[in-house]
Amino acid sequence: MKIRIKFSKTGVMKFIGHLDMMRYFQKAIRRAEIDVTYTGGYSPHQVMSFAAPLGVGLESQGEYFDIEVNSMLNCEDLKQKLNSAMSDGIEILSVKILPDDAGNAMASVAAAKYKICFRKGYEPDGNWQQILQAFLEQDCIMVEKETKKSKKEFNLKPYLFSWEIIDNSVILTVDASSSGNIKPSLVFHAYAVSQELTLSEFALQVTRLETYTSKMEDGKQIFIPLDEIGYTA
Amino acid sequence: MNNTALKDEILLQVEKPARYIGNEINAVMKDRNKVAVRFAMCFPDVYEIGMSHLGIQILYDMFNRREDVWCERVYSPWTDLDKIMRQEKIPLFALESQDPVKNFDFLGITIQYEMCYTNILQILDLSQIPLLASERTQDDPIVIGGGPCTYNPEPIAAFFDIFYIGEGETAYYQLIDLYKTVKNSGGSRKEFLLEAAKMPGMYVPMFYQTEYNEDGTIKAFYPIAEGVPETVRKEIVMDVTDTYYPEKPVVPFIKVTQDRVVLEIQRGCIRGCRFCQAGQIYRPVRERDVETLKEYAVKMLKNTGHEEISLSSLSSSDYSSLQELVNFLIEECARKKVNISLPSLRIDAFSLDVMSKVQDVRKSSLTFAPEAGSQRLRDVINKGLTEEVILQGAHDAFVGGWNRVKLYFMLGLPTETEEDIRGIADLCNEIAKLYYETIPKEERKGKIQIVASTSFFIPKPFTPFQWSPMNTKEDFIDKAYLTRSAIMTQLNQKSIKYNWHEADVSMLEGLLARGDRKLSEVLLKVYQKGCMFDAWGEMFKNDIWMETLEECGIDLSFYTTRERELDEILPWDFIDCGVTKTFLIREWEKAQNAQGSPNCRVQCQGCGATVFQGGVCYENQN
Repeated sequence: MKIRIKFSKTGVMKFIGHLDMMRYFQKAIRRAEIDVTYTGGYSPHQVMSFAAPLGVGLESQGEYFDIEVNSMLNCEDLKQKLNSAMSDGIEILSVKILPDDAGNAMASVAAAKYKICFRKGYEPDGNWQQILQAFLEQDCIMVEKETKKSKKEFNLKPYLFSWEIIDNSVILTVDASSSGNIKPSLVFHAYAVSQELTLSEFALQVTRLETYTSKMEDGKQIFIPLDEIGYTA
Repeated sequence: MNNTALKDEILLQVEKPARYIGNEINAVMKDRNKVAVRFAMCFPDVYEIGMSHLGIQILYDMFNRREDVWCERVYSPWTDLDKIMRQEKIPLFALESQDPVKNFDFLGITIQYEMCYTNILQILDLSQIPLLASERTQDDPIVIGGGPCTYNPEPIAAFFDIFYIGEGETAYYQLIDLYKTVKNSGGSRKEFLLEAAKMPGMYVPMFYQTEYNEDGTIKAFYPIAEGVPETVRKEIVMDVTDTYYPEKPVVPFIKVTQDRVVLEIQRGCIRGCRFCQAGQIYRPVRERDVETLKEYAVKMLKNTGHEEISLSSLSSSDYSSLQELVNFLIEECARKKVNISLPSLRIDAFSLDVMSKVQDVRKSSLTFAPEAGSQRLRDVINKGLTEEVILQGAHDAFVGGWNRVKLYFMLGLPTETEEDIRGIADLCNEIAKLYYETIPKEERKGKIQIVASTSFFIPKPFTPFQWSPMNTKEDFIDKAYLTRSAIMTQLNQKSIKYNWHEADVSMLEGLLARGDRKLSEVLLKVYQKGCMFDAWGEMFKNDIWMETLEECGIDLSFYTTRERELDEILPWDFIDCGVTKTFLIREWEKAQNAQGSPNCRVQCQGCGATVFQGGVCYENQN
């Protein structure tokens, strides 16, 4: 049975990197004595798929991973067992059973919503909200992306799905699929370049609010949270 | 727990911020206002090394069982954070509360190897605690050292208020009670230390004085305060089953060196290899009850979620219920999909059978530690491993499908000749030859791979070799070259890979291992010149050490290559570890005649450890 688990990552846990989070959950699943499915061989490991790696320093309210279980009582029981094995800063928010034909968490990711604000003392001068609004409304936002081999320019705009500026923070939904994964900081760095500002690497405090998959509805692509394709039992 | 001692900007700048945030599973949180004594327990190396140490986990659990004590952990900040903390004057903090160590009642430091001595100074310095015990005041924590290096604490005596000699399980509660009593009655730091110095196992260096002869050797060493004993006997737990053991060890977020459940099956070793300090200072051997170990294994796996379990002891094959324990673990771990790792097993039919069950034969290697290349020299060091046994083990292993062999040797052992060194190459070649003779060509899965490694012999206190001269650095390097060229001339040389240890750092380890109080000044100076993490090859700055030794008028050869007279007062003579000097002299003399000594179970050698009235010494006497 395939299970999708949603969790939040806050506080000091933001300093734990992606690979360590995977190890953390493998151990937590053992502590919680979940009847999880293992691969065979001399060093069996749990069948596990994480949706979208979260960078060190980011908090999240919408992280997902899939596991497979041989048996379980029900979703609520699994959630409670896991929560009793968590450390401060990680909370299991939902446990859902996936339909057999569901793609794994990683392959399903289409978009992610972030809340971005400037850390105290790092806010740009003046009415940055207005300038940023205008910047985001352009038809074309060219940015330089460095890869291992080269720098290339590309248009960021098609990867920005929606934005909203509320007080001192920006809510941004961007492409998070394997083909066009956009880091929210990239948007801000493009903005900073356009304004000839230098943005410290610590200027932004970023929280991922949700991770989405997409589905077609009335011939239109819509985003739904990754756990909405599952059900509870 | 979202208050970190370091702000986000700093944590995001340093490598592996998870080293500094605490919050791990099973870390113990208490209300700082509801405890009477705060104890910072430190392993003076980076988090991944320190978190792998079983001793701290045992003591952490022991202290935290007391409601009035909160024991927290401290490790060495890596050099990137070290720099920032100095610039911004951030005091070193304990992981759980993130509170500054300088506000604690105790700073306990476990001292596992000599090359961490400069890291101890880093810990004190970053904690903003005066480096010299003599300069500390009422407001500073009591700095207490423990671990194997405290069997010769003299080189670092100036930096510690107390050394706890021996096993931590026995006297710490009493020490804490004493501290509370003195504190509540308004007593001073010195009053507490004076009372502590009278407790068994406690060595308070400030109450002792050393006088030297003109040649630099010790003329006299004696207490200078009323009621302080002349000798300090080690503390030891005689019932290792009914004592503290951490059923809920802390689970690190990042991968640490020992990322697994560790079951300590016994303490001590019956073998009595003459170079080995652990084999002497942890005498007598005491075994844990197998049923209790089974319970611990189950509970610890459940409480940590670790995917691997390992047995810990100096020589696991000598544990009398090993088969029962291992069979239990194999069954239990297969069910739980947990890996088993079995270090320090002698290669024989049983261990090969077990290993073939728990690991992938093609990926694992066999390990032998003959330590010396010839039978004569193995008799000198009392390593009871014969060539016949090695070849038999290797033969059985080859038949079982193994084709990787690791061999460990030492260079510079007492009485060593060129012939002994060539013996290393011969033995490697014999093993390779045996493989090709045993396994027909069509059944071979690739070539045999032999890795031979040599380290340089460093004489340690409380071993029969404590009087022995150490080789010079030049000798060491020559011997490593000789080993290499001897291997190169072997028929099967293409199957043999040879690694050797750095000579520079070995010389300094030798200096510190048998050093005296005069070395405190050297340590202070090298630290002030920027030395730390000396055990990390890339950090080690030999030039600074050499230059500082000269400045301080310290002759390296006096401490390393000089042969000590049997009647010389050694810096550690005031410590009583059970094993007597008479026994060590007897063993030293037998060594020179290449005469072995049977192990404790075969025949008691009268080492003196019977004084503790238990363990292997009394095994068949009920």
